[in-house]
Amino acid sequence: MASQRDIRRRIAAVRNIRQITRAMQFVAASKLRRAQDATLASRPYSEHLDEILADLAAVLSGEDHPLLGRHDVGKRLAILITTDRGLAGPINANAVRFAAREITGEQGQIALITVGRKGRDAMRRARMPIEAHFPGFGERPSFADVIPLARLVSDDYLARTYNRVDIIYTHFVSTLVQRPALQRLLPIEPSADTSGIPGAQFIFEPNPDVVLTTILPRYVATRLYQAVLENTASEMSSKMVAMKNATDNADDLIEDYTLVYNKVRQANITREMIEIASGARAR
Amino acid sequence: MPLLLEIVTPERLAYRGEVDEVVVPGSEGQLGILPHHVPLISLLGLGELRIKRAGQQESFAIYGGFLQVRPDKVIVMAETADFAADIDLERARHARQEAERALEAGFVEPADLVQARAALQHALLRIRIAERHHREGPRRHGGG
Repeated sequence: MASQRDIRRRIAAVRNIRQITRAMQFVAASKLRRAQDATLASRPYSEHLDEILADLAAVLSGEDHPLLGRHDVGKRLAILITTDRGLAGPINANAVRFAAREITGEQGQIALITVGRKGRDAMRRARMPIEAHFPGFGERPSFADVIPLARLVSDDYLARTYNRVDIIYTHFVSTLVQRPALQRLLPIEPSADTSGIPGAQFIFEPNPDVVLTTILPRYVATRLYQAVLENTASEMSSKMVAMKNATDNADDLIEDYTLVYNKVRQANITREMIEIASGARAR
Repeated sequence: MPLLLEIVTPERLAYRGEVDEVVVPGSEGQLGILPHHVPLISLLGLGELRIKRAGQQESFAIYGGFLQVRPDKVIVMAETADFAADIDLERARHARQEAERALEAGFVEPADLVQARAALQHALLRIRIAERHHREGPRRHGGG
């Protein structure tokens, strides 16, 4: 059995770890609040934009704007969004596993862009070729951050490098639930029901060209931005929960070790007393 | 048929409710929208968006974006939308001063110039709408 001093040292070590995990838990909690607010606040915009674009895709075609077009040339592209940092619970592992399931069916047919270091590292280990990598956008991603990515994706889609673009990220459901999700970015899925649009056409002002050239790039960037926001909120929740669990585990460990420590101490005292007693008798 | 109006910005859902009529600052001029309007998608300019509902009128300062009109629904996707009654005049005036000072100071980067001009335009718009709101209060139909 370990000596009293060993156990005491172990307790001290666990206490130190607990202090760190607890601090990380609180830091994540405060960042979570901001990330969650940002995510929920921008959802209506992103969702309405999706609706409007689905309407547009239903009544227009690639002749009106190339981003509304479909083609079979090229590969399918997956944009995998993960976090830069670890100690964030299972969200990255889940997202990577989710992505791997998507990819394995279409090996060689699917290209990959990673956002966030964890996803890149995992895909590298799996020897998946990565077309491009963007480091994560930090704790407060701004809209401007995703624009280079949006431009790259749109350009490559228009150049027919890709025939379909998906975003894989972790959707923020609640503080306790985050789910890996796949969203089709391009081509735009047309809305199934156009009964709300009599005549199935829109008047465009000033003209279709200007309107589409304004809205479509905006759509791509907004979708990506929303996914990045969702992922950040998920990261912070997952990190907070993971660190809370770690702190609780440390508490349990300290309790267990304290118990062992007391037992060992008691055993030592008993042994010493027996030694003294038997020593006295032997005299 | 009621007309559902939603005003959404990248930061928030600014308004959602049924209205009788809405007048929107389109990129090509003012657009009055009543129920049963033909489907339309237009870019937004900058200016005042007026909501008429149950004889009352409310207004928003709108700055860029676009809108989609369906016979029963109008979605305004504005870059920014400030409810007239919520505009802080002091802050808007301060923003105007800041922008004017920045413009006078001269620029190294053309991007800064564009940004300062946009900030100035935005501040002037907010001031105009807030002042009108304070002067007239929530207006009755036909009164304003």
